[in-house]
Amino acid sequence: MRITKHPILDFNRGKKITFQYKGQEITAYQGETIAAALYAAGIRVLKKSNKYKRPRGLFCAIGNCASCYMVVNGVFHVKTCITKVKEGMVVEEETEKGDIID
Amino acid sequence: MILLINTDLLVIGGGPAGMTAALKAAKRKAEVIIVERYHELGGQLTKQTHRFFGSKSEQAGTRGIDIARGLTKEIQNMSEIKVLTEATAQGYYEDKIVTVSYQNKFRKIRAKRIIIATGASEKMMLFENNDLPGVYGAGAIQTLMNLYGILPGKKVIMVGAGNIGLIVSYQLLQAGVEVKAVIEADSEIGGYLVHASKIRRTGVPIYTGHSVKSAIGESSVKGAEIIKLDENWQMITGTERFIKADTICLAVGLRPLVSLLIQADCAMVYVPELGGDVPIRDENLKTTNDQIFVAGDAAGIEEATAAMLEGEIAGLKAASEIGYLSEDVVEETRRLKRELKKLRGGPIGRKIRRGLSKVRGDDNVKKNRYSHLR
Ligand SMILES: Cc1cc2nc3c(=O)[nH]c(=O)nc-3n(C[C@H](O)[C@H](O)[C@H](O)COP(=O)(O)OP(=O)(O)OC[C@H]3O[C@@H](n4cnc5c(N)ncnc54)[C@H](O)[C@@H]3O)c2cc1C
Ligand code: FES
Repeated sequence: MRITKHPILDFNRGKKITFQYKGQEITAYQGETIAAALYAAGIRVLKKSNKYKRPRGLFCAIGNCASCYMVVNGVFHVKTCITKVKEGMVVEEETEKGDIID
Repeated sequence: MILLINTDLLVIGGGPAGMTAALKAAKRKAEVIIVERYHELGGQLTKQTHRFFGSKSEQAGTRGIDIARGLTKEIQNMSEIKVLTEATAQGYYEDKIVTVSYQNKFRKIRAKRIIIATGASEKMMLFENNDLPGVYGAGAIQTLMNLYGILPGKKVIMVGAGNIGLIVSYQLLQAGVEVKAVIEADSEIGGYLVHASKIRRTGVPIYTGHSVKSAIGESSVKGAEIIKLDENWQMITGTERFIKADTICLAVGLRPLVSLLIQADCAMVYVPELGGDVPIRDENLKTTNDQIFVAGDAAGIEEATAAMLEGEIAGLKAASEIGYLSEDVVEETRRLKRELKKLRGGPIGRKIRRGLSKVRGDDNVKKNRYSHLR
């Protein structure tokens, strides 16, 4: 849920854009990170742990912990809490480690 | 494409410590590069909407976000400083080179001096289901709420009644979120009384001598089981209580982010008063690696005014060592150290003073916690 009125802060949101998540179209604002945009859309589970497939979501939101890894445009292990969302991006839940790409 | 960049001074981390360090050195005409992981400068300050405590006359009473904006503008006006954002320092190598992933490109930076001002990371806490989505560090909640204007949830349980827990609880209330309770393991509230009474006045209960036993929920948090602790912080069976909430916020402390310092072979010592492993350094913030200085929370968890003063001292010293000498260096360094001492004086600074007394001296260098890695 996005805040519209705040006693101290003004949120000057950027241009509206859309991206794909699990085949769903999600609306975001330019300047938001992928995790923030998903969060605003009510999506809390970003990945599953490798071994036990336990759901994982945001934890630190500053790139310290790796709890927000997702597959972005086919690339695994993208820290979505510090990666900005872009028009047309394809974002998927990460459920395994992935392979090295060249 | 230039893969290897040469510079006088490399500052890793663009929080208050890194920013003041860069400014101080650049004003002495040193050529500076700042690498910052995030897409803007400011570090923790970009999320602090409250008026700052601290005794440095000009900054206390200013909101953190405004301090960050002011410093950022000053940096943008200095032609000597180059800022790389979305640039994470990844490693330090034996040939004294730092590797950086800069907007998904690989870069190497060779600098005459390096100031590491990487700040801190949040501590995790042990309880059942602590990996469930909806359990967040206090910093994450601030990022979502204060940077992106996104509510973390509707009902929050705050764990930790130190200053951060109390301030973030207040920020949540300001944003219209219900704070169900503040849980604190200690028998006393750790944060300042002003912050605690602000929370209490709004009717939010603060449960001291309590902890979280487990988070409840399938794919995300639906609540938490809290429990009473005895004087040895052991759970008292039978005192469990369920609190309904969709978010559990952990504000249980910070730990200096020191991985680069360890890699650079800086001697480290464990100092609980400073939040964990910290580098041994002299009073100019120089570590046991002659190329490297440390400043801010990476040197020990403290607060922004101390981080800024440390940054300035390190920046000044680094610039002089590189060869940018100016007449006022001695006097200016003395003034900064005096300010820092004043800041840490008094009862609130007692813990920091005790901690700092453990980071100096040759004995410590021999006791380096990571010497077995060599
Ligand atoms: C809720 C809260 C309230 C606070 N209130 C106050 C207050 O009222 N008064 C006060 O004085 N202090 C306060 N503080 C503390 C203050 O914010 C910190 O002490 C201060 O920000 C520390 O500054 P720093 O520059 O050392 O670290 P940070 O501000 O954490 O900055 C470190 C920077 O380094 C970057 N970084 C980390 N690793 C890398 C890497 N490998 N490569 C590139 N960049 C990297 C990070 O992205 C970050 O921007 C508060 C803190 C919190 C969390
Ligand atoms: S949430 Fe911790 S790295 Fe992204």
